[in-house]
Amino acid sequence: MALKDHTNQPLEYQTEQGQMNILGFWIFIGAEIILFGTLFAIYGVLGNRYVGGPTPHDIFVIRDVVIQTLLLLTSSFTVGIVIWAMRNNDLKGLVFWQIITLLLGVGFLVMEINEFIHYVNAGATLQTSAFLSSMYALLGMHGAHVTLGIGWGIALIFQLLKRGITHQTATKTHIFSLYWHFLDVVWIFVFTFVYLGGLA
Amino acid sequence: MVDIKWDRILVTGEPLITMAMILIILTVLGVVVALTYFKKWKWLWKEWLTTVDHKRIGIMYIILGLVMFVRGGIDALMMRAQTAVPENTFLSAQHYAEVFTTHGTIMILFMAMPVLIGFMNIIMPLQIGARDVAFPHMNAISFWLTTAGALLFNISFIVGGSPDAGWTMYFPLAGKEFSPGVGNTYYFVAVQIAGFGTLMSAINFTVTIMKMRTKGMTLFKMPMFTWTTLISSLIMIIAFPVFTIALLAATLDRVYGAHFFTLSGGGLDMLWNNLFWMWAHPEVYIVILPAFGMISEVVAAFSKKRLFGYHSMVWAIIIISVLSMIVWVHHFYTMGVGPVVNSIFSITTLLIAVPTGIKMFNWLFTMRKGRIQFTVPMLWALAFIPTFLIGGVTGVMLGMAAADFHYHNTMFLIAHFHYTLVGGVVYAVFAAFTYWWPKVFGFKLGEKLGKWHFWLFNIGFNVTFFPMFFAGLDGAIRRAYTYSADAPYAPLMFISFIGTLFIAAGMIAFVMNVIWSIKNREKLACGHDPWDARTLEWATASPVPEYNFAILPEVNEIDAYWYAKKRNESFALKKEDIKPIHLPNNSGQPFIMGVIMFFVGLFFVFELHVPAFIASGAFFFMMLLRSFTSYDEGRYVNPEEVAKKETSWREVS
Repeated sequence: MALKDHTNQPLEYQTEQGQMNILGFWIFIGAEIILFGTLFAIYGVLGNRYVGGPTPHDIFVIRDVVIQTLLLLTSSFTVGIVIWAMRNNDLKGLVFWQIITLLLGVGFLVMEINEFIHYVNAGATLQTSAFLSSMYALLGMHGAHVTLGIGWGIALIFQLLKRGITHQTATKTHIFSLYWHFLDVVWIFVFTFVYLGGLA
Repeated sequence: MVDIKWDRILVTGEPLITMAMILIILTVLGVVVALTYFKKWKWLWKEWLTTVDHKRIGIMYIILGLVMFVRGGIDALMMRAQTAVPENTFLSAQHYAEVFTTHGTIMILFMAMPVLIGFMNIIMPLQIGARDVAFPHMNAISFWLTTAGALLFNISFIVGGSPDAGWTMYFPLAGKEFSPGVGNTYYFVAVQIAGFGTLMSAINFTVTIMKMRTKGMTLFKMPMFTWTTLISSLIMIIAFPVFTIALLAATLDRVYGAHFFTLSGGGLDMLWNNLFWMWAHPEVYIVILPAFGMISEVVAAFSKKRLFGYHSMVWAIIIISVLSMIVWVHHFYTMGVGPVVNSIFSITTLLIAVPTGIKMFNWLFTMRKGRIQFTVPMLWALAFIPTFLIGGVTGVMLGMAAADFHYHNTMFLIAHFHYTLVGGVVYAVFAAFTYWWPKVFGFKLGEKLGKWHFWLFNIGFNVTFFPMFFAGLDGAIRRAYTYSADAPYAPLMFISFIGTLFIAAGMIAFVMNVIWSIKNREKLACGHDPWDARTLEWATASPVPEYNFAILPEVNEIDAYWYAKKRNESFALKKEDIKPIHLPNNSGQPFIMGVIMFFVGLFFVFELHVPAFIASGAFFFMMLLRSFTSYDEGRYVNPEEVAKKETSWREVS
C-alpha cells in the first residue's frame, strides 16, 4: 500500500488502493442507479394495472410511511456525522454514530416488514396484480439493500474496534456512507413516486 | 408452485442426450484420473484455482469460452443437420427448440463474453503498463461466478431439461403457463449469476484504465484495444443492470407467480421484449467493440504503420456506444408501435453505419502503402473486413422499418447477425488468439495448420451463411425445425449444411494446431516481440512474468514501444533500479464463492427454497469473511528474482 503524495487529503484518499476502491464504488452506484431506474420504469408501466385487486388507496398508510421516511432521512444525517467523526480521528464518536445510524436503519426495516405484513393481510400479495408485483419488487429491492447495509455496517464496527481508524478502515467507512446516502436518495424517489404518486 | 417429477430428473430416452451424458461422465473421470495420476491436484489448486493474477484468470476465461464454443458449435451442427433436407426427423421439434436456445445463449453469453473478457484481462493491463487490474481478488470472483453460471446453464440438458424458448426468452412462451418445466428457469438463474460476474469485471476494468495507466499514458495515447475495453466496460455497466432486473422479474414470475410479463394479472409480455433488448442490443456492441480493438491492433502491427485516424476511431467507438442504447426497438418493429416510433428507431439504427464506416476506412487506410505481412492473424483481420461489411450492410437493410416487415424473423436475419458476430467477433478472436499467443506462452502457433484453419473456416462460414440470405428472402423462417419438400429454398439449406462441415473441419485444424504447437514449442519458441509490434504488452518478457514489468514503463506518444525501437533506445536494466514488487496473495475464497453460487442457482431452479436460502446465507458469509480478511498485505517479489527473469529478454547489469 504505497503512500504517494496524497498526504494532504483525507485518510481514505491517501492510498492508491483507497482511491481506486472509492472510484470503483462510485461506478457501482452508477450501475445501481440504472438498476433502480429500471425498477421505477417497470413500476411506471405496470403501476396502474390493478386487475380488480387493491389499489394504493386501499393499502397505503401514509402516516407509517412518513415515519419510515423520517427514520431513513435522519440516518442519512447521522452517517454524515460518522464521517465527520472519522475526519476528527474520533473512533468513539464514529462507532457511536454508526450504531445510531444502524438502529435507525433497523427501525425503518421493522416498519417496512410490518407494512408488508399489513398489505398481505389486506389481500395484496406479489401474486395479486401487476401493480403489486412491481411495487413489491421496487420496495423489496430497496429493503434488501438496507438489510445488506445493516449487516455490512455491523461488520465494519467490529473491524473499526479491532483496527482503529486506518487507511483501510477509513476507506471502508467512507464507502459505506456513500452506500447509505444512496439508499436514502432512492427512498426519496420511492416516497415520491410510489406513495405520494399512488395516493395523488 | 411447481410440480417437479423428481423420479424423472435426469433426461432420458433421447439417444443423443444419453450419449452426451456418457461422454461427460467419461471426460470428467478422465480428467480426475489424469490429475491424480500426474499428481497435479495441488498444482491445479495453488497455481490456477486460487490465482488472482490477471493473466491466469484471463487464460481460464478463454479456456471456458473455447469449451463453450465447442458446445455451442455442436448445437449448430445438429441444427444444420436437421434442416439439411426437408421433413427430416433427426431432431424432434422440441429437441430442435432446445438446441437453438442453448446455441444462442451459450455463444453470446458463455463463449463470446468469456473469451473477450479473457483477452481484456490478459492484454489491457499490459497495454497500459500496469502490474494488475485494480481489484485482483474481485477479478477472481468475477471469473468463478461466470463459470458457475456457465456450468449451471450447461447441466440443464441432462438435469431437468433444457431451456427451449429461444435465447430471447419471449413471454408468454417463456412463462410458466406455456413452459411448465424447469428449463427456462435455468436460463433466468444461470444468466443472472454470470451477469454479476460481468458487471464486476466491467467496474474492475474501468477503474484499472482510469487509475492505473503508466506515467505519460494519457487517454488519447492508449492502444485501441484498451480504448475498446474501456467503452465496452462502460456499456456493460449501463446495460447489465437492466438485464439483472428483467431476469429477476422473469424469475419472480416463474418461481413465485408474480405478474410482470404474464398476461393474467395485468402483466405485459412486450415489457420483457423492451427490457431484454435494452440490454441485448448494447450487448452485441459489448462484444463487437473489443473485436474492433483487436483488429485495429493486428492491422497496425502487420501493416507496420501507425493506425490511421486514431482520434476518429476513438470517437467512432464512443458514438457507437451511445447509439447502441437507443436502437432496441428495431428488434421488434412488428410489435405495432406505429410509424413514428419505428421511424425514430430506424434513423438511430441507420446512423450506426456512419461511425462503423469510419472504422472500416481507417483499417483500409492503415493498410494503404503499408508493408503488409500475411501472417495468420493478419489473414483473419483481412477476412474480417469484407465479412463484417456484408454483415453491416445487411444490417442497414434490416434497419429500415418498412422493409423489415419482410425480413423479420427469417433466415435473412440469421445470416445477417452471424456475419457480424462470427465474421466480426469470432474472426477477430482468432486473429487475437494467434497474435497474442506468443506473448502468453513464449512460442508461436504453427503457420501451416493455422492457414488450414483459416481457409477451412472462412470458406465454410461463407458457404454456410451466404445462402441463408436468399433462403430468408425466399421465405425460410428462423427457428423452424423443418420445412416442406416443395420449399424453394431446400437446396440452399443443403448447401448451408455442407458449409458447416467445413467449419467443423476448420475447428479440428485449430485444435490440432494448438496441440501440435504445444508439442513443438521448443522449435516454435520466439523472443518477447516476435511480430515486431507496437504497444507496451510487447515490452516485457514472454511468457509475461507475474509482476508484468520490472520497472513501470514511461510513454510520451502513441505506440511508444515501436518508436523507442525505431530510435534504437536501450532497454537494458540496471540492477539497482529494481525495487521489491508488491503483489496480492492468492486466495481460495473466490473459487468457494463460485461453488456456493452454483448451488444457490441450482436450488432456485428446482424451487427448493430452504436449501436455496441456506446456500445464499453461505454466500453472504463468504462476503463477510472477505470483508474481515481483506487486510492481507500481499507479498513482495525480491529484486534478485526479478533480475533473473528479466535476463530472458534484455541485458541486466
